[in-house]
Amino acid sequence: MANLVEIRDLKVEAKTDSGRTVEIIRGVSFDIAEGEIVALIGESGSGKTTIALTLMGYARAGCRISKGSVLFADKDMAAISEKSRASMRGTKVAYVPQSAAAAFNPAQTIMEQVIEVARIHKLMPMDEARVRAVDLFRALALPNPDTIGSRYPHQVSGGQLQRLSAAMALIGNPKLVIFDEPTTALDVTTQIEVLRAFKSVMKKKGIGGVYVSHDLAVVAQIADRILVLKNGEVQEIGTTAQILSAPKHPYTRELLGAFKPASYASHVKAADASSKVPILEVHDVVAGYGPLKSNGQPTILALKSVNLKLEQGRNLGIIGESGCGKSTLARVIAGILPPFSGSVCFDGKELSADARGRTRDELRKLQIVFQFADTALNPAKSISDIVGRPLAFYHGMGGGDREARIDQLLDMVHLPRALKHRQPSELSGGQKQRVNLARALAAEPQLILCDEITSALDTVVAAAIIDLLKELQRELGLSYVFISHDLSVVQAICDEIAVMYAGEKVAQMPPSAMGSQDSHPYSRLLFSSVPKLDPAWLDSLERDPELVRAFSKL
Amino acid sequence: MNTQILSLVFKRLLVAIVTLLIVSFAVFFATEMLPGDVAEILLGQAATPEAVAGLRTAMHLNDPAILRFIRWLYGLATGDLGISYANNMPISHLIGGRFVNSLKLAAVTALFSVPIALTLGITAAMLRGSLYDRIVTTITIAVISVPEFMVATSAVLIFAVYLKWLPALSFANEVHSFGELLRVFAMPVITLSFVISAQMIRMTRAAVVETLNTPYVEMALLKGASRRRMVLKHALPNALGPIVNAIALSLSYLLGGVIIVETIFNYPGIAKLMVDAVATRDLPLIQTCAMIFCLAYLFLITLADIIAILSNPRLR
Repeated sequence: MANLVEIRDLKVEAKTDSGRTVEIIRGVSFDIAEGEIVALIGESGSGKTTIALTLMGYARAGCRISKGSVLFADKDMAAISEKSRASMRGTKVAYVPQSAAAAFNPAQTIMEQVIEVARIHKLMPMDEARVRAVDLFRALALPNPDTIGSRYPHQVSGGQLQRLSAAMALIGNPKLVIFDEPTTALDVTTQIEVLRAFKSVMKKKGIGGVYVSHDLAVVAQIADRILVLKNGEVQEIGTTAQILSAPKHPYTRELLGAFKPASYASHVKAADASSKVPILEVHDVVAGYGPLKSNGQPTILALKSVNLKLEQGRNLGIIGESGCGKSTLARVIAGILPPFSGSVCFDGKELSADARGRTRDELRKLQIVFQFADTALNPAKSISDIVGRPLAFYHGMGGGDREARIDQLLDMVHLPRALKHRQPSELSGGQKQRVNLARALAAEPQLILCDEITSALDTVVAAAIIDLLKELQRELGLSYVFISHDLSVVQAICDEIAVMYAGEKVAQMPPSAMGSQDSHPYSRLLFSSVPKLDPAWLDSLERDPELVRAFSKL
Repeated sequence: MNTQILSLVFKRLLVAIVTLLIVSFAVFFATEMLPGDVAEILLGQAATPEAVAGLRTAMHLNDPAILRFIRWLYGLATGDLGISYANNMPISHLIGGRFVNSLKLAAVTALFSVPIALTLGITAAMLRGSLYDRIVTTITIAVISVPEFMVATSAVLIFAVYLKWLPALSFANEVHSFGELLRVFAMPVITLSFVISAQMIRMTRAAVVETLNTPYVEMALLKGASRRRMVLKHALPNALGPIVNAIALSLSYLLGGVIIVETIFNYPGIAKLMVDAVATRDLPLIQTCAMIFCLAYLFLITLADIIAILSNPRLR
């Protein structure tokens, strides 16, 4: 097979805000054969998207291809004129973006944007393009293929948009399609449909692909070869089977290791715990958003009568897909969103619905850590100010005491003390999340609500945060309510898992019972949808179509 | 067009009407609070107590203020703008010609400045960071910083006094040919264009730059779209709302804010009329002028908001 793409010694430079030039891709070389799908895998900042975009001769603002060649069908995309690049884009090489929701122009109909490639490059008459687009919609298993094109982007779901953006890429009959984390923003049950649609279309048409992702399990389903990247350098290249079963490079092993977290065994036995007063009890909570109806109930109900119980020293995981109400539940427990009805009891006492009505001690014992560490930390304050604030507020600490305690807390979350005087923007994502944790710990809480705290982090970093949480629990006897859409993370740390769907808790079980035949159908569906490292998993997966229809938002 | 849009547009219109009412209230009572008794001022030297009392009754000045307000409002609504105190002519006669003059000046200025400002703003955004962009940005900032009387007097000094190309004063009534029109309007239009274009250029540039940074414009680039197509098809439709608002705000200045320009060029417009009315304490005239300015302003802003609502695809 001839090579469709040959990348040789590619280097990309970026200019930082301070005007320094940094090399973000440092001499990458690889080939892609015709019809082959190569995955680029690595953590954020490893340069995988940057490399993929050079295939289109494009570097984002502030970046520039400084050295090397990107031969695509014998044309060097790095050297040819912008005009000839533009003529290749969409016709020879096409792009499927990470967030299709943002990549569609809100002011135009979907059809208009899907056939735009044909219009720009004058590939075919518009009527023919429309017919072709409808065929592609059908091939990508989109509902109502004949009419979906006349809608506007905000009128279809995220999973549908992602497939529509694939149709947009395929309309020009490209030889190579770049997929830039196309399923990262999707729920697991949706992800499967999208992956399947991509895979079958690519195979049928013999199109080559570059699949950019941080998720090894997803990549295992679709790629022929895998390229492992770190800091703009290739760590390892190999066939999918070889990378998964016999990784050579230590970093690849680390990635694989992070994917299989050790299952969790609580040091507090259920029997011991049940004799005590539960630390957190949630009774029949109904809550929602929007204007109030005549009976005082909000128009949009996010939680419909949820009950939860958590014993001291144990962890409760709450999983579910986006929009199932799991974050709303955290907000209700924290008192940020007072519920319409129902109550929250902490340590046997009923808490006021609104955080403003709670005593300082009640606030102290119950802390929350948010998903996006960047937005939860005040960018204008130093780390020691951020961590020191709860010390002053809850414990009235000042001066030397406070400084000493800040040092202790930073030690606890394994951050160097030297970071004290830095500002959040100077820290990495994982470090910021540790600061967030340190701030929660400063209050000396009994219970920490963790709302998707690992979702914005890379696998390896997330695994380290989970280990840290476990360690802190052993030392301080904390309890966690761990909210996540990621089953493997929840399994790694929780004694009990509550599955939520459409504002209701549909099941609660220990992690070991997840996916067993007698569990709730939705939790079975959810569990079976989590990709496995086995490359044959997607093809062999058989889902009960009725189950999928019943719980799918497609 | 669906009911949601209709209700939004209707709500916007309702807000405009309520605003107009509040403003009319403010205008009426602000002029009421001006010191001095109207009857005494009007009678001047002949102000015997009996004459003053007689005039007060004749002018209903003894009625409660709220009653007079309602009567005034009713008059405005039915087209009866009242009689000028200063020269006993109906206000509508006084304003008529002046208003047309002001509209003419505003229209000519808008005709020139809006296309120029949009072109400059959009091209500067397209070539962001280039020398051209920097020149445009620097000049707009310079123009914003220079007060308009400075621009106006400099223009008079250069074009009328030294070069003697243009007349120093603009009498709009003497226009008979297109050439004359150009000569008469040239300096006020240039001055006003300077003032209002700068804001429009900056706002347009900012709005287009913002949309050019969105993923869907990047997507268009990766589909092979030309720069022109990216801007005109993808960026501009989504930047329409803020741009239209900037234009409306700038244009609203053309009616009420042109007093300096009208004074310097002795242009017989409505803003100058209002200033003269203040000098002669001609209350009905002041009130009417204020209401006209307010109406024009509200009309433009409401129009811009409605265009923004209509251009939002999420409401379609």
